Amino acid sequence: MLDTSDSYVTEDGRTIGGVVMEMKNITLRFGGVVAIKDISFDIREGEIRAIIGPNGAGKSSMLNVISGFYNPQEGDVYYKGALRPPMKPYQVAQQGIARTFQNIALFEGMTVLDNIMTGRLNHMKAGLFAQAIWKGKAEAEEVANREVVEKIIDFLEIQSIRKTPVGRLPYGLKKRVELARALAAEPSILLLDEPMAGMNVEEKEDMSRFILDVNDEFGTTIALIEHDMGVVMDLSDRVVVMDYGKKIGDGTPDEVRSNQAVIDAYLGVSHD
Amino acid sequence: MFYREAGDFKTTYKDDNQTFPIKFDRYRYYAVMFAAFAVIPFLINDYWVNAIFLPFLIYAIAAIGLNILVGYCGQVSLGTGGFMAVGAYACYKLMTGFPEINLFFHIIISGGITAFVCVLFGLPSLRIKGFYLAVATLAAQFFLVWLFNRVPWFYNYSASGQINSPERSLFDITITGPNADAWAKYLFCLVFLTVLALIARNLTRGTIGRTWMAIRDMDIAAEIIGVNPLKAKISAFAVSGFFVGVSGALFFSVYLGAVEVGEVFGINKSFLVLFMIIIGGLGSIFGSFAGAAFLVLLPVLLKNVLVGGLGWPTDLAAHLEFLIIGALIVIFLIAEPHGLAQLWRVAKEKLRLWPFPH
Amino acid sequence: MSDTFIFGMEVFLNGLMAGVLYALVALGFVLIYKASGIFNYAQGVMALFAAMTLVGIMEGRVPFSHLINAIFGTHIHHFGWHLPAVFGILFTVAVMAGFAWCVQKFIFRHLVGQEPIILFMATIGLAYFLEGFGDLMWGSDIKKLDVGLPQGINLLIDETTFGWFGYGFFIDNLDLVATVIAALLVISLIIFAQYTKQGRAMRAVADDHQAALSVGISLNFIWVMVWTLAGFVALVAGIMWGTKSGVQFSLSLIALKALPVLMLGGFTSIPGAIVGGLIIGVGEKMFEFLVGPLVGGATENWFAYVLALLFLVFRPQGLFGEKIIERV
Repeated sequence: MLDTSDSYVTEDGRTIGGVVMEMKNITLRFGGVVAIKDISFDIREGEIRAIIGPNGAGKSSMLNVISGFYNPQEGDVYYKGALRPPMKPYQVAQQGIARTFQNIALFEGMTVLDNIMTGRLNHMKAGLFAQAIWKGKAEAEEVANREVVEKIIDFLEIQSIRKTPVGRLPYGLKKRVELARALAAEPSILLLDEPMAGMNVEEKEDMSRFILDVNDEFGTTIALIEHDMGVVMDLSDRVVVMDYGKKIGDGTPDEVRSNQAVIDAYLGVSHD
Repeated sequence: MFYREAGDFKTTYKDDNQTFPIKFDRYRYYAVMFAAFAVIPFLINDYWVNAIFLPFLIYAIAAIGLNILVGYCGQVSLGTGGFMAVGAYACYKLMTGFPEINLFFHIIISGGITAFVCVLFGLPSLRIKGFYLAVATLAAQFFLVWLFNRVPWFYNYSASGQINSPERSLFDITITGPNADAWAKYLFCLVFLTVLALIARNLTRGTIGRTWMAIRDMDIAAEIIGVNPLKAKISAFAVSGFFVGVSGALFFSVYLGAVEVGEVFGINKSFLVLFMIIIGGLGSIFGSFAGAAFLVLLPVLLKNVLVGGLGWPTDLAAHLEFLIIGALIVIFLIAEPHGLAQLWRVAKEKLRLWPFPH
Repeated sequence: MSDTFIFGMEVFLNGLMAGVLYALVALGFVLIYKASGIFNYAQGVMALFAAMTLVGIMEGRVPFSHLINAIFGTHIHHFGWHLPAVFGILFTVAVMAGFAWCVQKFIFRHLVGQEPIILFMATIGLAYFLEGFGDLMWGSDIKKLDVGLPQGINLLIDETTFGWFGYGFFIDNLDLVATVIAALLVISLIIFAQYTKQGRAMRAVADDHQAALSVGISLNFIWVMVWTLAGFVALVAGIMWGTKSGVQFSLSLIALKALPVLMLGGFTSIPGAIVGGLIIGVGEKMFEFLVGPLVGGATENWFAYVLALLFLVFRPQGLFGEKIIERV
């Protein structure tokens, strides 16, 4: 059960609920390399949580731990109040955690529509035989889910490309389609891995608007990694700062901005 | 001029999902079905059925099956010949073991048995990928052919080591054996092809088809967004195996009537079906038909022109056939990896705009 | 000492020698794969084609004579000369170099950057093409190949082992020579790759195409070179097998024997190819000797594959490969 006793309301009027996911003392190693060292933090329901840090700080590894792609050697992950046992990535996805990728991971051979429909896999239940027959259950299910997907297509303003093969799209649109695919899952937590990498200012503004709208309209909890400090500080409610696999700061954007360790990590400090 | 989608609006998602969204395509499809079921059976004789129609229908089933595995799910298999042999021998054992049961069910069950065997050999696909897997499926090819060659139980201890299709009928019409009529054999196979092609179409346009394609395009990302790789790959192997098994059963029972496994279901059969889907188009049901038609017709054509027309020796025509098929494979892979199906699609695009391309 | 043990030892030795030949064929694959990422299914047909060409040149056959006769109604077949083996081999190497150039120019230059599996299927197409082409050029009859290699039972080994065990081992001289030549070839290839300028360039290309380009290595040259080398290796394998059982279609199937060797040893490792070849050579002969009679024989057809398959399920990276870490 979610503990909502310490929920609060933000300045702009959104309600931030209790802790939905908690990472406790996570340590992840690849052979001798320690990618994440003893990190703990939590994600609250309805908030936008950012993970920042210089290159190689272990941010993507952290996201991969949350989405179940890597299983940490030490530490526990609590999801919705319960300890999450080590599980396969697809099981994590079935629990309601969806994500996008740093280097776009769309299915290039499929159309935009089919890509977004794959996001709804875990909402579709028709078996092999029902699908082979098609008429009846499979068709009804397809149409019902298509309606949901069309809403998301409207929301992200990509109506005109819905039947275009993804391989033909420009970079910025691909990023948007990937967001649509993740949204289609109607996730409890949405993980965004550098949603604005390689974008120009206008595209970044568009993407920021979509992220805020998603959080606002659907109340989706969002955890994101981003390099652009300005964007992060504007978007997020709370920020985790990582450096060399360790956590060096955690708090609201203002708190983090004034944290000496964070300033040192970003601006450099003389070791004398 | 006729080929238009303008004005052909869809108002429901159901309409938008149909197999032939463009009206002209839909009518042409009805026309083809009518011709195939109601016209051709009255026109054909033994030569046409045995040289062209039966091999086309049966290879088309195998090609659709392999296309599901290779074209849709991205798992390359070189064991098609071996799996067809499973279908053939399963059918033989069922036909001789349970003669009172309808041939129709024998063939369905043969497909099911092949699906099971195919899954068994598909299990390594969870650990190994790409051409490691392709080479691993050769294990199935060699092992299965050896098995049917060396274990006498499979060919009922017959002295020749061959299996022969006994005479069986359906609704009092003889389908197998030397006394079967050409049109009956044709219709029997046509029914299987039609139903299986529809099933393949339904599977590939829905959820399961999307999970296959997701695995094909990017397996790691697919798993992270919630595709269970075990389920996706195993179901592809099972469905593919079923199709290939049915085609093997028909190949033996209806088409050839007698089979010596090493000759009929050797590794060249695996390559032939693979070539069909490369030339026809990976990831396209229509392409499976086109590829099967192409590679069934090509040798017939070469033989008629070179041997019949120009009086060349047969072996020369056969060598030329190898050379041409090999060259075609390479040319298609370089110029049009999506095969005849893509050429057809491009032609339709052009036709849609014609006569005002700008 | 029991009879089974002594027979087993003889089988073991024969397996070892077969294994060296498998390793040789596998080496042809490794060369091309390392330099270009192409898994060359046509390697076996290349061996067949090389051996056919050698016979054709030595016997002075007219290329495409059947085709010419069929089209023009002529009756040509031989030029009427007989060349010594050395010249034949030299000419054949030249033909294989020309073949390498054509393959690069007309096929793989157009497929740069394609997925490995597409390249693999292209080589299957190439194999079909080359098979048809070879048959058209030289005819599909079974040809006798004799380049002067010794054949028949090795009496020295026969007598020595008879002295030891009271049973003389049957070891064919041809197998012995083949083993020695294969071993020499393997060693010289390793030396070539390690110590010559071209060898270094080849390894550089194998490591990173872009980086190799940027230091001024011509990719095209390297690729033609490795295909030529692979053609040479194919010729050697073709001579061994052709001398033993005639130049015919079945010769091209030795490629199929090399595939499991590669799966076992890893596609990029020369030592892997050698060890894999030996394991498969010995393994399949011993399995046929010990288990074959119980299950109907001819297990050599599939044993290597099933072994490699089972092995891969437990160790997907092969014997000498590094552990694969997946990333997103």
